[in-house]
Amino acid sequence: MAAVSGAEARRAGRARLSAVQFYWLLILPAVVLMAGLYFFPLVKVLLISVSEPEPGFGNYEMLISSESIHQTLIVTLRICIITTFCTLLLGYVVSYAMVQASMAWLRWLMFFVLLPLWISVLVRAFSWITLLRSNGLVNEALLAWGVIDSPLSLMRNEFGVSVGMIHYMLPFAVLPLYANMRTIDLRLIAAARALGAPPWTAFRRIFLPLSMPGVVASSMLVFIFSMGFYVTPALLGGGRVFMVAEYIGIQIMQTLRWGVGTMLAAVLLVSILLLLLLLGRVVNLRKLFGAE
Amino acid sequence: MEVIGADRGLMKGVVIALACTVLVFLMAPIFVVLPVSVTDQRFLSFPQETISFKHFADVLTRPDWRGAIWQSLVIATTAAALDVVIGTLCAVGCWRLASRSSETVRTLMLAPIIIPSIVYTLGIYRLYVDLNLIDSFLGIMLAHMVTGIPYPVITVSASLAGFDIRLEQAARILGATLPQTTWRVIVPNIMPGILSGAIFSFIHSWDETVMVLFIAGRTAFTLPRRMWDDINENVDPSVASVAVLLIGVTLALLFAEMALRKRRNRA
Repeated sequence: MAAVSGAEARRAGRARLSAVQFYWLLILPAVVLMAGLYFFPLVKVLLISVSEPEPGFGNYEMLISSESIHQTLIVTLRICIITTFCTLLLGYVVSYAMVQASMAWLRWLMFFVLLPLWISVLVRAFSWITLLRSNGLVNEALLAWGVIDSPLSLMRNEFGVSVGMIHYMLPFAVLPLYANMRTIDLRLIAAARALGAPPWTAFRRIFLPLSMPGVVASSMLVFIFSMGFYVTPALLGGGRVFMVAEYIGIQIMQTLRWGVGTMLAAVLLVSILLLLLLLGRVVNLRKLFGAE
Repeated sequence: MEVIGADRGLMKGVVIALACTVLVFLMAPIFVVLPVSVTDQRFLSFPQETISFKHFADVLTRPDWRGAIWQSLVIATTAAALDVVIGTLCAVGCWRLASRSSETVRTLMLAPIIIPSIVYTLGIYRLYVDLNLIDSFLGIMLAHMVTGIPYPVITVSASLAGFDIRLEQAARILGATLPQTTWRVIVPNIMPGILSGAIFSFIHSWDETVMVLFIAGRTAFTLPRRMWDDINENVDPSVASVAVLLIGVTLALLFAEMALRKRRNRA
């Protein structure tokens, strides 16, 4: 009897003492796994970039001296900028329609925006290949209708890569844009119109400035995701257009230059973290990624 | 005033029409694989004379495709099952602690979504060379599991935001221990979030392509890896039928998730 109550008291005492410890215990498996299997390998990448083939910043000098790295970075930057700009334009139209639409329309628009997000990136890239190949569906249709005489080259170039990327990134642009536009009071537009502003002026002077935080958040998000994108550029680039992620892959799998590969990975990582830091000044990041 | 009303209606129509055009751009390429998958030809094309399901039959009977589907299924299920336990515990812990350090932990958990896969892949590749896990089932599963933790953390956190903390306090006052409260009060209330997280983690692993290009290849062979090789080597309609099967599975999961969310919102 005494032993039982002793044990109970001990348990109660321990429970009281360790509520905080108990909850940390719940977090522990995630922290241990992430530290050991996620962040440790990332740190390893950074270390390899300054230690192979020899210790020092030799790999980082390639950033200045290597012609092919320059080329890759310029292509990456150009495609990212084109993708971000086009995605934003298309995304803006969709989000604007979403705030204007009735509830029933809104639900459908939202459904179609979110649907592609969950369809395999490989499937989407493959669809674009069936459409854009030199004997693909678009070229065949255009030839059959007599619009063109010889097939257009629509993929294995920057155009094809950009199309695939814009298609992939569109939902990521719409979500932050829509989240921001939802908070804009549409009565402000109505007021401007009642005071005699033409529709375009009302949009340009009232709605557009109010939607700027969404525009900034969207474009940075799309830009960040585009920079490290591997699958779509590799498939639609078809060995002719190399963005930085694929270039890194080639260093590892074909030329076995781990130093160069990890250096570029480190550069990519740091640029993304810097952009996130910037983005964090404009919007609540955790909200943007759905953690809140 | 009437004129204003009329041209506002017109503008609204134009905006919605433009938006629908964009959505067609978004949808069309996805469904273009549907007719291609039932072509009677041996190359990528629309059906010429008749609709044929031979490419589906091909995919479902050829051992290499079946093997890849099976491996992906096992890896994704295992990874998602582990993720959902680890992620849920983490989200509950962070929610209850609500301290500065627990918030930092929860933010760090988002890293795999933000940091490009290729950067992580280099690291895990090197680690696996040391651990002798390259081209192994376990290696792929572990990598997918770790990068899938964010999804249940996010969905469960969202569920917890709508959970009345007084229920938990009431349970504690009535004498339930901490594990009892967690298991019998908190977990049942956030079930929809937990299941959504499981679905998202599953899709993450099921779709993951970049890592498996590097850490898989001969014995371990997931479906995306198999598709990648097929697209690069011989583009034939069997990839289109795999694509259609994948879209079907994804749609089914997505509808399941939507139903869950509806329930979560009602709760």
